[in-house]
Amino acid sequence: MRYRALVTLAVVLACVLALELACALGWVARTVIIPPSEMVGSLRDILWSGEFNRAIALTLTNVMISVVISISAGFVLGVAIHASDFLRRAVEPYLASYYAVPTFIFYPVFIVLFGVNSAAIIAIAVLLSIVAMITATMNGLDRIPTVLLRTARIMRLSPVKTALLIQLPAAAPYFFTGARLSVAYSFIGVIASEFILSGDGLGYAIAYAYNNFENRQMYGLMLLIVIAVTLVNMTLDRLDRRLQSRLRR
Amino acid sequence: MTVLAMASRDAPKAAIEPPAASLRGVTRHYRFPGGAKTLHALGPIDLDLRQGEFFSVVGPSGCGKSTLLDVLAGLNPPSEGTASFEGKPIAGVPDGIGVVFQEDASFPWLTVEANVAFGLKRAGIGQAEIDRRVDYAVGFMGLRDFRQSYPAQLSGGMRQRVCIARTLVLQPRLILLDEPFGALDQQTRLIMGDELLRLWRETRATVLLITHSLDEAAMLADRVGVMSARPGLFIDIIETGWPSDRDSRIVADPRFGEMTGRIWEKLRTETMKHMQTQGAGPR
Ligand SMILES: Nc1ncnc2c1ncn2[C@@H]1O[C@H](COP(=O)(O)OP(=O)(O)OP(=O)(O)O)[C@@H](O)[C@H]1O
Ligand SMILES: [Mg+2]
Repeated sequence: MRYRALVTLAVVLACVLALELACALGWVARTVIIPPSEMVGSLRDILWSGEFNRAIALTLTNVMISVVISISAGFVLGVAIHASDFLRRAVEPYLASYYAVPTFIFYPVFIVLFGVNSAAIIAIAVLLSIVAMITATMNGLDRIPTVLLRTARIMRLSPVKTALLIQLPAAAPYFFTGARLSVAYSFIGVIASEFILSGDGLGYAIAYAYNNFENRQMYGLMLLIVIAVTLVNMTLDRLDRRLQSRLRR
Repeated sequence: MTVLAMASRDAPKAAIEPPAASLRGVTRHYRFPGGAKTLHALGPIDLDLRQGEFFSVVGPSGCGKSTLLDVLAGLNPPSEGTASFEGKPIAGVPDGIGVVFQEDASFPWLTVEANVAFGLKRAGIGQAEIDRRVDYAVGFMGLRDFRQSYPAQLSGGMRQRVCIARTLVLQPRLILLDEPFGALDQQTRLIMGDELLRLWRETRATVLLITHSLDEAAMLADRVGVMSARPGLFIDIIETGWPSDRDSRIVADPRFGEMTGRIWEKLRTETMKHMQTQGAGPR
């Protein structure tokens, strides 16, 4: 476990050093990529100047809203589809091929519906992330061993108690996996939408820097996003592993 | 000695007391998904479980033993006939019945201790009493060192013991056990059987035990029900006549060999029938 983490760290460090060296030796043009040390410097400037605080706050808020909507609505929809054979037969083929559709093509529709603002961005992000939660919820409910439900019946638990005390904890690891994917897709959905069409947020800031040849700032912002997403993912991964280890038999 | 004492003590009792559970003309058909065809899995069965008796069931694999248990537990209604528990028709799971299923039913998200206490908490029993009963059951099942472990950290046999403990702490009046020692070696099976007997004597609960082990069936039970190949019927119900203070040492008794011999004789023909319908075994 610790060993694996060390190897991962070593690989990342090696890549960073190689890039630094390549930049220092002039193998890579500054217009293409700047040395990692400068990216860190730029990130520090970004954080200290406070110039982007508004954009950061806006992006994180949008991501958070998208996460909350997709997880809660995805869970409810997953439970509903699982409960109804009819719904399930109707919807399952679409769910299976959902991620083959490039969701972003619907962007114009949302702009018409909501205008150019956060609502349209959140809608795209939710569209992208909700299905992961729906599928995970259905999968989790499917995988509850029937003998546990029979045990609940023998203990004469009410349907509500069965849901809360048996089905929820039994399927929790799957729900969590869905939640994790929803977080990742929400980040992608929000930042990519900001990049393409909005006038605000981190995605827009990157697009703006790119259009104005502000390489240093662009890479600083990218580094910020990579670090933020990595931290979120590591935290969720740790929780996920704890849940999964209990499930393994 | 006690064999006769037992017989004279229990015979009139069985006559006066109403049965703990009874089945009349019970059958069970499963529907194949989609089709109109059904599978006749069980019956018709007539059976009275006497109050406080230890009844074991043996029969070839797939003959409907678990199906029978489902009917008694109120998990599945009979397709035909009636089932009753303590004089009342079984509709849904009645109060006072405990079941240990053939499959592992431990809750993987709870510790051993919390698993065992689960039913007690739901029943609204006081914490002191819960602690007392859990303590006893955990010790009884040899899980004392694993109270804080999760099922994933236990062996299959230990998980099954968690399920047995979780059922016993509720002090059911009718205990249905479906191959509960399946994951245990022969020696541990005998020891667990002793423990089960001790518990049965203490609580005077009625026990129905499904098992694949003839030794276990013969050693533990007052009566052994031998089932035919599917659709399962009782082809014989053998009274063992053991004293109620019996234990696993009875396997050394010559009468024990006779008893398992008798059960096997009945079962051998059935098992061969079963193998033939499955396209295996001697022809
Ligand atoms: N839910 C079900 N749907 C359809 N058929 C079933 C179902 N449950 C059991 N059966 C069938 O009923 C028959 C009896 O099954 P059952 O599980 O009661 O056997 P068993 O005696 O407990 O077997 P084993 O000793 O292997 O546990 C089998 O042929 C099985 O295929
Ligand atoms: Mg069975």
